[in-house]
Amino acid sequence: MWVDVDLEAVGVRGLNERLHAISAGVTDARWRIRNPHGLHNIAVGADSPVSLLIEGHVGYYCAGMNKLANITVAGHAGVGLAENMMSGVVRVQGNASSSAGATGRGGLLVIEGDASSRCGISMKGIDIVVGGSVGHMSAFMAQAGRLIVCGDAGPGLGDSIYEAEIFVRGSADDLGADCIVKEMSREQREGLVSLLQRAGFDHDPSDFRLYGSARNLYNFHIDNAASY
Amino acid sequence: MTDIGINPDQIDLAEYRQSATFPPNVIAEIQRAADQGIYEIRGWGPKRKLPTFDDLAFLGASLSRYPLEGYREKCDTDVVLGSRFAKKPLHLKIPITIAGMSFGAISSNAKRALGHAATAMGTATTTGDGGMTHEERESSETLVYQVLPSRYGVDPDHLRACDAVEIVIGQGAKPGGGGMLLGLKVSERVAAMRTLPEGIDQRSACRHPDWTGPDDLTIKIQELREITDYEKPIFVKMAATRVRFDVQLAVKAGADVVVLDGMQGGTGATQDVFIEHVGVPTLAAVREAVEALEELDMHRKVQLIVSGGIRSGPDVAKALAMGADAVSLGTAVLIALNCNRNIYVEDYAALGTKPGFCHNCHTGRCPVGITTQDPELEKRLEPDAAARRVRNYLSTLTLETQTLARACGKSHVHNLEPEDLVALTVEAAAMAGVPLAGTSWIPGR
Repeated sequence: MWVDVDLEAVGVRGLNERLHAISAGVTDARWRIRNPHGLHNIAVGADSPVSLLIEGHVGYYCAGMNKLANITVAGHAGVGLAENMMSGVVRVQGNASSSAGATGRGGLLVIEGDASSRCGISMKGIDIVVGGSVGHMSAFMAQAGRLIVCGDAGPGLGDSIYEAEIFVRGSADDLGADCIVKEMSREQREGLVSLLQRAGFDHDPSDFRLYGSARNLYNFHIDNAASY
Repeated sequence: MTDIGINPDQIDLAEYRQSATFPPNVIAEIQRAADQGIYEIRGWGPKRKLPTFDDLAFLGASLSRYPLEGYREKCDTDVVLGSRFAKKPLHLKIPITIAGMSFGAISSNAKRALGHAATAMGTATTTGDGGMTHEERESSETLVYQVLPSRYGVDPDHLRACDAVEIVIGQGAKPGGGGMLLGLKVSERVAAMRTLPEGIDQRSACRHPDWTGPDDLTIKIQELREITDYEKPIFVKMAATRVRFDVQLAVKAGADVVVLDGMQGGTGATQDVFIEHVGVPTLAAVREAVEALEELDMHRKVQLIVSGGIRSGPDVAKALAMGADAVSLGTAVLIALNCNRNIYVEDYAALGTKPGFCHNCHTGRCPVGITTQDPELEKRLEPDAAARRVRNYLSTLTLETQTLARACGKSHVHNLEPEDLVALTVEAAAMAGVPLAGTSWIPGR
């Protein structure tokens, strides 16, 4: 049973107020959000396992700091999609603008189309699966979690990366500072297969290469000065 | 002793002639750079001489104004912060808050002591880069939660648990630079809170990861308001550089409170060149910020908190007289905790310094247990006694501020005004926009 919420009628404030008022025990609420019209801050700060289907495009920070909720955007998403997400699942059926999944600490973010620059910037444990390509400086200072790119990666991939893992199926010709190609372990490959399945992509894991940190910049050293 | 091993007391100045261009400290820095090949990283604030509030004086009441009785007539000190949009603005008993300092940069005991002291005085403490610890939430009745470019430890539950949110764009010790926490302080707990490998030299981002510029900031502020259901005041903290433009843009973006950190602001660690050579002194920044707010007719509607080198009641009173709504203290409350106290002298010596000169916060080897994550060093700071010292210090600042306000005939410290001030130097007159003492002259006006 879906509950219809018309953003033209209740506004972003009305939606988020209702979302935050859901009691902790609710597990089966399903809301259909109509008329998003690219508005900013739709469904931010969710804190319960509600399912939301947003029928249209969304602006900045949709699903920001999401906890537990399962949010689907049937359209494109603006800047900072699911920023600092903690848990739950956010799926965008179109493309996402810059900084998708920025600083995310958990949960799964799926972008079926392309993601712009800085996808997964400073990610801290989130898993991100991008069906298409990602723009420049994606996974910049990525600390933990996995970024899977089924298309190509733009310049500066994984610059100053820490312990995050990046899997790219297409080309990644311009790596950022301290980001290198790595051997993929059996556990990492199994994790990749599992994430692709959850995200709904049927790709051969053998087509992906793994990128991660060379760990040369973890501590200051005079000989690395040119890399900073 | 200087850094190059010269004892100034033993120098025969008739025999030796010091270079003005290359004095001993400059020689020492060139040779350190030649040895190490990297900039100096250190804690604390600038050591160079800068214009300060000491360059201003109050015009106490006389025949043309009458004072209030020092021990009989009331002089209120409370302040409301965040009344522009927030449903639950902060109402503090004193206009002196404790600035953001991260758990990581300072110890858990230090955080606890600051929280207890602030609570006893009816004021607020602030988190820092690295997130909120349960110790500081429990000890601080009023807690401001910082959202910094690194977003280390940012958690929506903490946004909901705090009393105000502070978006940090920059700090006075390093305008344009990101935070820094060297490996010795990235302990197991600190690393876990920040999702970083233990022991790395942590370099924070200098820009926010999901917004650039004031138009984006407007939307980011709105996001934080939505998440917190418009309850919490949103502060925007920035370093004092292009003050007029930055303050006005923060107001336009929807800030409830602007926190302006002047050049004298301290840090746990950054490059010495940032500390000494970037930014605008607090004295000049206050006047610029107040004028920026007045231009928008937002003075007192958007509150202004000033920080960076505030040390005494006179500093507080002068900042308020120039138009600030409150001040915020970092280095000064650490000194009240015990920073640079003349104890454990041998441990200062091991760091190549001595009490009164130490700026080794970055090393994690703080002799008095404040800027450390070493469990043994941290034990040297006993939280209850330390909290009492900070409480005493904040109480002294408050009494001094009230004393000066009463002497100027004010029944509330916020009634102090620029007209109560004169400048003692031409530079201070120009920067603060008050007349040079004995004249009606304000340079540049």
